[in-house]
Formats: sequence, C-alpha cells, structure tokens
Amino acid sequence: MTLVQLVQAIYLISAVLFILSLAGLSQQTSARRGSIAGMIGMALALIATVILSLSESERTPIVTLLLIAMALGIGAIVGTWRARTIEMTQMPEMIAMLHSFVGIAAVLVGFNSFITEPPATVHLIEVFLGILIGAVTFTGSIIAYLKLSAKISSKPLTLPGRNWLNLGALVVSALLLVWFLISASFIPLVLMTVIALALGLHLVAAIGGGDMPVVVSMLNSYSGWAAAAAGFMLGNNLLIVTGALVGASGAILSYIMCKAMNRSFMSVILGGFGQESGAVASSEAADMGEYHEILAPEVAELLKEAKSIIIAPGYGMAVAKAQYSVADLVSKLRADGKEVRFAVHPVAGRLPGHMNVLLAEAKVPYDIVLELDEINADFAKTDVVIVIGANDTVNPAAEDDPNSPIAGMPVLKVWEAKRVIVNKRSMASGYAGVQNPLFFKDNTSMLFGDSKEAIDKVIAAL
Amino acid sequence: MGARFVQAEIPQQASASGYASELTEEQERLTTEMYARETAKADIVITTALVRGKAPRTISAEMVAAMRPGSVIVDLAASGGGNCELTVPGEKIVTDNGVTIIGYTDLTSRMATHTSQLYGTNIVNMFKLLTPAKDGQIVWNMDDVVQRGVAVVLNGTIQWPPPPVPVSAAPAEAVAAAPVVSPEEKAAADEAAAKRRSSRTIMWGAIAAVLVGLAVTFSPSSFGNFFTVFILAVFIGYYVISNVSHSLHTPLMAQTNAISGIILTGALLQLGSENLLVTIFAFIAAAVAAINIFGGFVVAYRMLSMFRRG
Repeated sequence: MTLVQLVQAIYLISAVLFILSLAGLSQQTSARRGSIAGMIGMALALIATVILSLSESERTPIVTLLLIAMALGIGAIVGTWRARTIEMTQMPEMIAMLHSFVGIAAVLVGFNSFITEPPATVHLIEVFLGILIGAVTFTGSIIAYLKLSAKISSKPLTLPGRNWLNLGALVVSALLLVWFLISASFIPLVLMTVIALALGLHLVAAIGGGDMPVVVSMLNSYSGWAAAAAGFMLGNNLLIVTGALVGASGAILSYIMCKAMNRSFMSVILGGFGQESGAVASSEAADMGEYHEILAPEVAELLKEAKSIIIAPGYGMAVAKAQYSVADLVSKLRADGKEVRFAVHPVAGRLPGHMNVLLAEAKVPYDIVLELDEINADFAKTDVVIVIGANDTVNPAAEDDPNSPIAGMPVLKVWEAKRVIVNKRSMASGYAGVQNPLFFKDNTSMLFGDSKEAIDKVIAAL
Repeated sequence: MGARFVQAEIPQQASASGYASELTEEQERLTTEMYARETAKADIVITTALVRGKAPRTISAEMVAAMRPGSVIVDLAASGGGNCELTVPGEKIVTDNGVTIIGYTDLTSRMATHTSQLYGTNIVNMFKLLTPAKDGQIVWNMDDVVQRGVAVVLNGTIQWPPPPVPVSAAPAEAVAAAPVVSPEEKAAADEAAAKRRSSRTIMWGAIAAVLVGLAVTFSPSSFGNFFTVFILAVFIGYYVISNVSHSLHTPLMAQTNAISGIILTGALLQLGSENLLVTIFAFIAAAVAAINIFGGFVVAYRMLSMFRRG
C-alpha cells in the first residue's frame, strides 16, 4: 500500500459522500443530513490531500504546510464571515461570486499544470480546455455578480454583431489550440486566456437582468465543467466526479428556468431580451379598461370572510422586505383556522428556489409553500388570492394573448379565484415590459402602496 | 363503436410489489377532475378499478348527476364496493336523472348466456345465408364473400385460402379527407411528432456515442479511464439532481459551489513546487477555492436550517 493508493481510496469515499450530499436535497427532512455528508467528504479529501502534498513537497514540508494553513485560513475566515452575514436577498450575488472563484482557480491550476508537467498532446488539450472554460466562468460570473448587486446596470449590452463576436472568439480559440499543440508554448495559451476572459465578459454583459436566474444556473454548470477539466489535466478522479455532478446540476437548473419562462436556452444565451417589448405595452395599456382600488380595512374584511387563501409572492415582496409581515399575516389567518398557502412560480426571485428560501427565512413553514404545478388547479376553489410584488408570473396574457411577449409562459392562474387582491406600488409593468390584464379584471382589486406598509395595515385592521 | 380508455394525466405508479398502489392526494385530485370531464361527455362509462379487492371511488354522485339521461355506467368493480358512489352491488338501478348504473357482481357468470346467444345468432344467420330457399337445402354461392370465406373444400377441390376481400372504402376515405381535424388525428399527429423527436434524439445520441468511442479509442488508456468516470458521473448527476426538490434549488447551488471548491486539492498538490510562479498561482487558487468550500457549506447549511415544517 502506498500513500497515493490510500489517498485514492479516500477520494472514492469523498466522491460517494458528495453524491449522497446532493441526493439528500431531494427532501427537506434529509437535506441537512446530506449537507453534513458533503462536509465530511470534503474534510476527508482535504486531510488526505494535505498529507500527500507534504510528502510530495519539493520544498521543506514546513514551508508548504504553512502556505496550506494560510490558504485554508484565509478561506475559512473570509468564507465563513461572508456566509454568516449575507442577507438572503443577496444570495444570487454570493453564488455568482463563488462561481468566479472556481473559474479563476481552474485557470491558475491549468497554468500550473502546463508548467509542471510534460507536454503530452492529450494533456495539452486538457489544459487548454480547462483554462478556456475557467476563464469564461471567471469573467462571466464577475459580470453576473456586478449586475445582481446593482453595481452596474442590468440592461443587456448589445454590441453590433454580438453573436458573430462570440463565434469569432471560439474560432480564434480553436486556431490557437492548433498552434498550442504544435508549439507547446506560452504565447497561444496566454492569448487564448485573454480571448476567453473577454468572451465571458461579453456573453454575460449581453444578457438582461431578468434572465439572470438562467445565467447564474448556467455559470454554475460552467464552474462544474471547469473543475472536471482540471480533474482531467491533473488525473484526479474526485475532481472529475465532482465537476461532472456540479456541471449536470447547473445544466438541469438552467433548463428548468428556461422552461418556466418559456424561452429556449439559446435565446437566453444570445441575449438582448427585454427591450423591444417596452413600446408595445404602452399602446396596449389604453384599452385595458378601469381598475378597482381597495383599501387595507376592506382587504381585512375580505380575509375575515374567506376560508381559503393563497398568497402569490414575487421578488417585489423581498425588495420591500415584506416577507416578515406576510409571514405574520399568514400565521394570524392560520390561527383563525383558515387554509392559507403560498404559490411560488419557478422564476419568482432571482435564483432557482430563491423565493422558498426567502419565505423560509421569514419562518413560513415549507409545507404550505407550493409549486406552480401543485397549486395551479386550486385557484378556482379559492376565496381570496393576494398577489404581492409579482406581475409577469400572474399575467393571464401569457395564456390568452398569442401576441404577448410572454405568450406560452406558464403562469399562476390567480384570476380563477373568487377575489384577487394585487399589491403593487403603482401601475407600472413588470420586467418583461408587458401590461397585465389581471389588474383590470372585475374580480381584481388593487391595493396600492409599499408591500410592507400595506400588509402591516391589513394586519392592524384584522 | 367509439369506446376508448381514459388515461389519467399522471404517471401511473406501481408499488414496489408490482401491484397498482393507491394514489397520492395530488394525483387523486388530477384524476378526479379528468374523470369529471370525461364522464359528462360519455354515453357509456365502464369502470374497472380494483386495488387489492377494494374499489377506489372514482365516479362521484355529482359526476353522475352531470351525465345525460339514458347514459349507462357499468361498474365492474361492484364486488369491491363499486367505483361509482351510487352503485348498489348486485343490482341495476336507475338514478333520478335517468342514468342506469349496473352493479352486478356476477357479470362473469352472466357472460356465458351472452356468449352463447351471440354465437347462436351467428350460426343461425350463417344457415339463413346458406339456405336461401328456407328448405334445408344448402346452395353454395361462391361469389358471396362470406360463403367464399368459410369454404375450405368444395367438390373435392381445395378452396383455401380465399381471395382477398375487395373493400369498398371510398366513402369512408372521403369523410377522412374532410378538413376537420378530429382529436384522434391531432393526437396521432402529436404522436408522430414525438416519434420524430425521439428518433432525432436517438440519432444524435448515436453520433455522440460514436464520437466519444473514437475519442477514447485513439487516446492514451488513462484518458479513457478518466473519461469513463466522467461520463458515468454526469449521468449520476443528472438523475440525482432531477430528484432535488424545487424548493431546495438555492441551497443546492450553494452546496454545489462548496463541493466544486474541491479544485483546492489540485492547487494544494502544486503548492509544494520549486517554481515560485507555480507556488504563487497555487496559493491564490487554494485560497479562493477554500473560500468556496467554507462559504458554500456554511451558507447552504444556514439556509437548510431555516426550512421548518408547520
């Protein structure tokens, strides 16, 4: 038995634990156990690697050990601090940032692998691809982070011929790969890295803020492929397995998000969505008819009489930090013996599953938070639906109007309920720039005002 | 006569033992709605659902009330209490709105009479055809398709097999050619499209398999091994992640962030290199990957701790 073999065995155990950690997320009850399995797997892998690294160190092991301790120390302090202080509304930014870290790590590990190992053809291809994917992930995630944290405008950047630019970057990279294989020199590798960094930048800059859930999922996938590519160049099965798991995960999430918006993956990637439709909406608004306004005390009366209530939250609720007030309202209503449930659209929030986390943070029990498919048929049997800060996800035009920009998108059929109360700050349209006929229906009443204040008033009136 | 099976719009669940199991609440609701739609349209409804001798309630009294007068419900599950709420096991009843509900529990025994009747009628008609003069004398008319079809030997010559029956299908075709697209045709078209899609999938799958096969064949064996691991892991990932609850997708992303920090192991092994540049790169990579690991796990756990039952 050699040390390398022992490390291989431990890596195998870690890989299995990682698979279990993701499998645990299939249910709330097993999720925490799964998370702990992942931590144990990671700890085992790290301990084994540190020992192997010390035994293979070309320098005095004590220096290497110090460096390892410093690197892990930085990671532990910064990582734990950010993870503990981050607001749940900022999760998308944090996740985008973490993707960029995997990207840059893949690039650096790729360069190192090129410097330290003999230039066999297969190895050169692995290094090249690893750095390419890593670099795209790195800059792409940074742009996503900046857009999500509103440090730069979330508008799509539309350079002329942007798809040709992307295609050109890929073609040039392919040519550089040929050069790199022949010469095995630094120049084509560095050139490609620069091009890949620019490609990542441009790819994400061209995508509008509303499509960010897809982009973040996509970058999640890329970060996985980057790790897998690093695994290939280092000949490390654990990295390959983990990378493949993460890559598959991101790909599935992107697919789910695209389906929830009725967009094809390609149309999201090619970018530029959310501008042309703005003009159409204003002309439509004129013939929508009149809307009915309602005040908080009347809403309270309606809720008192209602037996079944569904709340359809959108990201607007989280922006106004109204989820705590909503949770209060819900626990009051439930204490009165009313059936209260939440209907969550897959793209409510800015990440897949984001709304579920925001509601969980406000201590809403997860068993009353239902998905679109689970609850859509129940609206017709519901007395009152309260829509808070949602717009496009409850727009009947997606079903009725084939010319609407969001036609075909699956939506929550709130309008089938006896009464619908829509809380909004004003009559402005949602991110898709589409006017919402729901607001003008006879059974819909508009409760204007900041979500938090409005809900607090309703609670007071109860 | 236009009878067809009504398919519930949910995946049919077979329990581990292989028997049909009872449905979950959600599935049951979907099924009930579908039954309500279908029964209201139907003239005859035949129900057969028996789960281990027990008949689940599929047709409620309201659904029966919504049916047209003169409609018939044949409840083959009457022995287990009946799929229809109004079924009286062992009896035939007529509801207030004129719907007949047959709840005989001995239908299988009753079958014998009917089969005999049907067979007898067939034979009688056959003899009527063969004896046109009604005098007991058989007259063979070999131009008649029915008589030609049953003739095996006649006057010592073998008549089998009969020539194919000329079908006069022209009027039927004219109807089919009408521009009205019936639901059946639409279903058929959808099915054809699905078939085309699936065959396209198979084609691309085959091409990908050949390419991957070539790549593995013409590369060093170590690459082949790693590639095998990679492909299998992608498939495991696909099935594991497909099972992840939608409400846990954000913790899933944080968790995948954390485990993709495993790239740290690569960086750690490069940290001991003599080359200063390599050490610097490896140090940066290790530090950011460590942020991923700690940050990802802590935030994922923090989120998971928030989820509570009511």
